[in-house]
Amino acid sequence: MNLEEIKSEIEANVPGCSLEIIPNGSPSGQHSLLVDPDHAFAVAGFLRDAANLRLDYCSNVTGVDWPAKEVSTKVKTKKVVDGVEQEVDEVLKTQSGGYLEAVYHLFSVEQRQGPVVLRMRTEDRADRVHLPSLTPVWRSADYQEREIFDLFGIIFDGHPDLRRLLMWEGFEDHPMRRDYVDPDDYEYEPTAHDEVLKRAKEHLSAEGGL
Amino acid sequence: MIGEGILKGLAETARNFFGSYVNKDRLTTVQFPEERLPQIEATRDFPFLVYDGTDWQQGLRCVSCQICEKECPPKCIYIEKSKDKKPDATGKPQSYPTTFNIDISVCMSCQICVEVCPFDAIKMDVAFELSTDDRFGGLLLNREQLAKSNEYYNKIHPTEAAAVDAAFAEERAKAEAKARQAAEAKAAAAAQTLTPGAGETTRVQ
Amino acid sequence: MSVLTEAPVDLTPSQSDDRTDSQLLEVSMGPQHPSTHGVFRMDVALDGERVVKLKPVFGYLHRNHEKIAETESYLGCMPYTDRLDYICSITNNWAYALAVEKLAGIQVPERAEYLRVITGELTRLQNHAGLVGFLMQDMGASGTPLMYAFREREKILDLFEALTGARMMCNYMRFGGCRVDAPAGWLQQAQKVIDAFPRFLDEFERLLVSNEILMARTQGVGVVSREQAVNAGISGPMARASGVNYDLRKVDKYGIYDRFSFRVPLGENGDVYDRYMLRVLEMRESVEILKQAMRDVPSGPIMDPNTKTRGFRPKAGEAYGRIEGPKGELGFYLISDGSSNPYRFRVRPPSLINLTLLEDMCLGQNVADIVIILGSVDIVLGEVDR
Repeated sequence: MNLEEIKSEIEANVPGCSLEIIPNGSPSGQHSLLVDPDHAFAVAGFLRDAANLRLDYCSNVTGVDWPAKEVSTKVKTKKVVDGVEQEVDEVLKTQSGGYLEAVYHLFSVEQRQGPVVLRMRTEDRADRVHLPSLTPVWRSADYQEREIFDLFGIIFDGHPDLRRLLMWEGFEDHPMRRDYVDPDDYEYEPTAHDEVLKRAKEHLSAEGGL
Repeated sequence: MIGEGILKGLAETARNFFGSYVNKDRLTTVQFPEERLPQIEATRDFPFLVYDGTDWQQGLRCVSCQICEKECPPKCIYIEKSKDKKPDATGKPQSYPTTFNIDISVCMSCQICVEVCPFDAIKMDVAFELSTDDRFGGLLLNREQLAKSNEYYNKIHPTEAAAVDAAFAEERAKAEAKARQAAEAKAAAAAQTLTPGAGETTRVQ
Repeated sequence: MSVLTEAPVDLTPSQSDDRTDSQLLEVSMGPQHPSTHGVFRMDVALDGERVVKLKPVFGYLHRNHEKIAETESYLGCMPYTDRLDYICSITNNWAYALAVEKLAGIQVPERAEYLRVITGELTRLQNHAGLVGFLMQDMGASGTPLMYAFREREKILDLFEALTGARMMCNYMRFGGCRVDAPAGWLQQAQKVIDAFPRFLDEFERLLVSNEILMARTQGVGVVSREQAVNAGISGPMARASGVNYDLRKVDKYGIYDRFSFRVPLGENGDVYDRYMLRVLEMRESVEILKQAMRDVPSGPIMDPNTKTRGFRPKAGEAYGRIEGPKGELGFYLISDGSSNPYRFRVRPPSLINLTLLEDMCLGQNVADIVIILGSVDIVLGEVDR
């Protein structure tokens, strides 16, 4: 069953959900399905229980950070140049909103198919980072969602035990975010170069050494 | 009967115990350091720099292209390139490293530096008894400590070193042939410019 | 001098008694505890000997492998994968290589595929041999079975050293093939080890399989049902011990696994004994695969000539590649943005996900059973914490 068919099947069975197929440019051909967070739980339940899908095995759950970046698009606008109206190409630079993404790789043990890749996106990267937890559907998401919460900072509503998994309690930041800056609290090795050397020098000059 | 399985197991251990007196397969312990296992040829631990000839400063194959420094996954190599050039093994003028440090407490012996080196200048050593209580003095190896002769390389990895030497010899022969050809061509060209009968005055240069 | 005349002691753990005045005792098992196979902690609440709560605490070995990989080249990530599950570096390499091959659409030459199967199955043999040895150690059979298992593992590690240069941190595979070809005589040497391996398995079975203490300790302990196992994403030998017929070598047929005939052992009860026996049986099947692979291994190149490992830049896109590792489904999820470093590098760690049911398995059991249940899951903390 290809992703188009799965998409239409879900749309027929989960009313009101909006789905989008995200194409994958690599030769692996693993395209994914973007689900809106409001209906994700129902979609997940459907995918697990539907007789012809039976995606009962949620193998891999992970997060991806997509920070805001500048997107330039070419737009044709009409402008009055020297009293004559002309069509001019203009480059519009817009700030695309950054978001965090949770990716689920689903397989079927019973029917031996997959992967079906499910994605959910948060609204932004600051405070609207809530997504529904799919742990009640697939328990394998338990530790993995905790890990995403820990390293990316997505809050999974409905998770039975949402605590940090790998970092310690009381740790503030989310290390897997692209803009994470690690604290300047380690010993620099003597063979530092490039970026590390720069940081080592800053560190040492702040200490009064070098 | 309960206990039968345990007795069977005990019989097996007894066979191993008494077997160890007669069968080498059952007694695998080696009394290190008095007794040592034979060296396996492919063994690797930390990198070293190969030099040709007898003087390490003259013969170092490294031309400080810094590819290994860039590719090293844990970034344990630090190289400073020389400003001047000196002839390498094949006679071509090349840069050389004025500093070449490897921090073997960071090195993870992955061999990627060896893989990416286009000059066969860095190879993997087999010396493993390197423990020391001096973190920087003992484990930060400099150019002099890293330099080891081609004979040593041939001793520890004979097959690999022979292949490298053969490739070098071929390259050198090619370079020599090319140089000879160039010289001959030059001589021929010079002979041609000597137009017969025109005497010395027409000679170029 | 006394003679044992009493009836054999009932070794099954006594079930709950109805005392209500007892207090719960909280015990922190680990992080430095020989039975946790690394630095791993369990917060256990005990009612007498019985476990009423168990919360695993992770992260003592966390170094954020996934973050490090984002700053490394695709080639530079390879040696780091060795350090995930440091017992089975070759299968880690394989999973990563497979994911990159999927990401960039790389074909692997025939001989390299065979070398991958041979080294991969040897890895499974030494992992399982080590595991059953350690499980006995956890059960209190100090030394003997573990040393026998390690004696065999040693021979396989010597093979790895002769091939890759290192015993554990092999760093052997590359996307598009393998790093080095087998040196002269290596295949013959490997054949000898493989031929001798069933003798060890026979010996090991005689040593332990019918042992009454082993059965009393393991049967009916730490039971996982089939439905639970699938829902909790349990994979590998642990899932198959619960009767889940899901072996990626059969399901995905990655590499050239469709060319070999082998059986997939399945457990019935999903207890510690089944998980132990399953590994013993799987070793026999691995030997079968190895015999077929050794018979058919062709000559030829070992690297795809069109793939350059240095300066490798796959097109933007993503791929999830997975293999049947000795511990379970080991997957790598890679996202490329077209640059020379992976944009996202995710490891699906079977060791971590197989621990999802740890509390369920341990509830109501004795403290001493925690140790063998954990041992039967087969974890390596380098992979759990990454």
